[in-house]
Amino acid sequence: MSDLVIDTRGLRKWFGPTLAVADLSLSVRAGEIFGFLGPNGAGKTTSIKMLLSLVHPDGGEGRVLGQPLGDRLARANVGFLPEHFRFHDCLTARELLRFHGRLYGLSGSALDMRIDRLLARVDLLEAADRPVRGYSKGMLQRTGLAQALLNDPQLVFLDEPTSGLDPLGRLLVRDIISELRERGTTVFLNSHLLGEVEATCDRVAFVKQGRTIHEMTLGQPVDFIDVEMRVSPLDACLLEGLRAFGSAISQSSADILRMRVESEATLPALARWLVERGTNVYGLQPRRKSLEEWFVEVMGEDQRPG
Amino acid sequence: MQSILAMAHLTLYESRRRRIVTAAIVCAAAFLAVYAAGLFFVHREQIREGRPFFQQQGTMQVLTIVGLFAANFLSVLFAVLLPVDTLSGEIDSGVIQTVASKPIRRADIVIGKWLGHAVIVMGYVLLLVLGVALTVRLIAGPIALQPIQAIPLMFLEIVLLMTFSIAGGTRLSTVTNGVTALGFYGIAFVGGWIEQIGGFAGSQAAKTVGIVASLISPADSIWRLASYHIQPETLRNFGAALFATSSIPTTLMVWWAAGFTVATLIFAVRSFSARQL
Repeated sequence: MSDLVIDTRGLRKWFGPTLAVADLSLSVRAGEIFGFLGPNGAGKTTSIKMLLSLVHPDGGEGRVLGQPLGDRLARANVGFLPEHFRFHDCLTARELLRFHGRLYGLSGSALDMRIDRLLARVDLLEAADRPVRGYSKGMLQRTGLAQALLNDPQLVFLDEPTSGLDPLGRLLVRDIISELRERGTTVFLNSHLLGEVEATCDRVAFVKQGRTIHEMTLGQPVDFIDVEMRVSPLDACLLEGLRAFGSAISQSSADILRMRVESEATLPALARWLVERGTNVYGLQPRRKSLEEWFVEVMGEDQRPG
Repeated sequence: MQSILAMAHLTLYESRRRRIVTAAIVCAAAFLAVYAAGLFFVHREQIREGRPFFQQQGTMQVLTIVGLFAANFLSVLFAVLLPVDTLSGEIDSGVIQTVASKPIRRADIVIGKWLGHAVIVMGYVLLLVLGVALTVRLIAGPIALQPIQAIPLMFLEIVLLMTFSIAGGTRLSTVTNGVTALGFYGIAFVGGWIEQIGGFAGSQAAKTVGIVASLISPADSIWRLASYHIQPETLRNFGAALFATSSIPTTLMVWWAAGFTVATLIFAVRSFSARQL
C-alpha cells in the first residue's frame, strides 16, 4: 500500500439534475489529521459517503486504504461518525456498541473489554446500561464517537464530531484526535468550527460547489508575513523607503499601513529604520492569517450568506 | 454469516424492546378470549338443545375455520405492518449509515432483517393457530379437523407478504410502502373472492380474472389452499360458500408463491444494494 490512505481523482456524483460533487480529487497521507472544509451544500457529506460506499459515484476513481472504493476489507479498518448520528434507540450504549462490534466481526471478551475502554474514554461508563433514547445530544455524539473507534481503525471519518457538544465535550474530542494522531491513525475531519480545525488538523482542503479548489498545510512556516503598523506622519517618502523591507504596501486608514515582509527577522530592522528617520511608531504587529480568513479568501465573498 | 445473524438478532431484540412482541401477544390473547367465549356459548347451547353429534361436530368445524380465517387476517396485517419501516425508516433517519459503512454486504442487512422478521411473523402464526386449536379442543373436545395442518401453507403466505413489505422499503417511504403492501394483499383478497364467486356462478371469465389476480399476488390463494386441505369432505361441500373453496388453487400455486417470495427477496437485495444511502 502506498503512503496515501485516500486517493481520489475526479470523483463525481449527480442526484437527478443536480451535480452534488463535480470533481473530488484528494490525497490524504497516512497518519494525517485532514480537515475538509467548505460552505453548506458544497458536497462534503456526499464526498464522505462516496468514500464509504454509501453513495455510488457516477464518475472518477478512488482508493481508500489502497483498495478500490467499495472494498469490504478496506472498510474493516475504517471508522465513521456521521453528521447526524442516529441509531437503534431502544438499545443501551453497551448493546449498541456490541451490535456494531459484531458487524466488524468482533466478539467475545475482547469486544466487551474494548467497549468498556471506549465507554470510559468518552465518559459514558455510568450511563452505558441505559437506553440511548434518554441520552442528551452530547451523550449521543460521544456514543457515536465510541462506535467509530470500535475496530481500532486506521482511518476515521468524523463528520461534524463536535456539533452537539459543550466546551468540555469538544475538548474531549480534541484529546481523542490527539491520541489518534499519536497512534498513527488518519483522521478525516469535516467541521464548520474552523478554530477547532486549525487547532487539530495538519492539512486542509477547501471544497466549493463540489470541487476541491485549494489544499494547504497548517502550522508550517510560511514564505512571508503580513505586517500591520500604525505610524505617523504618513508620506510618500516613507512609502518609498518601506519598499526596501517588503512588498504589497497598502494604506488601510489615515495612519495604518499594511505590508508583506519575508520573515520575522525583518521586523527589528524595520522598526529601527522607522524610529531613526523620526517616524512616530504606535504599533508594529505581524499578522498571521487565521483559517477563517483563508476560508473567506479561498471561497470568495460570493459564498457569504445573504 | 456473523453479520446476517447480528442483523437478525437485532431485529428480534428490537421487536422485544419496542414491545411489539408484547403487543402482539396481548392482541392474540384478546382475540382468543373473544373467540373462546363465542365458541363456549355456541357449544353449550348445542349441548343444552341436545343436537346430534354430527351437527355439533359440523358447527365446531365451521367455527374452527372461522377462527383460522380471523387468525389468518390478523397474521396478514402483522406480516405487512411489522417490517414496513425496517429499511425505509432506517434510511430516512440515517440509522442505516453507520450499519452499511461496516465491512458487510448490503445483502447481509436485508437477509438478516428478513430472517429476524420471518421468525417473528411465523411465531405469531404459530401462536394464533395453536391458540385456536387449543381453544377448540378445550371447549368442544376432539373434532375431525386439524388446524395445525394449515401452518406450513400459512407460513408461506405470511412470509411472502412480509418479504414484499421489506422489498418495498428499499425504494418507498414508510407510509407509501404500507399502503402499497396492503394494496398488494387487497389484490389477492379481491381476486380470491372473484374466483370463488365466478366458480359458484359458473363464470369462467370471472374465475380467470381471479386466477390472474392470484398470480400477481398469490398470498390469498395459499390461504384458500390451506383452508381447503384441513377441511373434512363434509365441510368442503357445506362450507365452500363461506370459506372460499369452490375454486381450489393447485399445488402449482404453492411453487409459484415460493418462487415469488424468493424473487421478491432477490429484488429487495439488489434494490437495496443499488440504493444511495
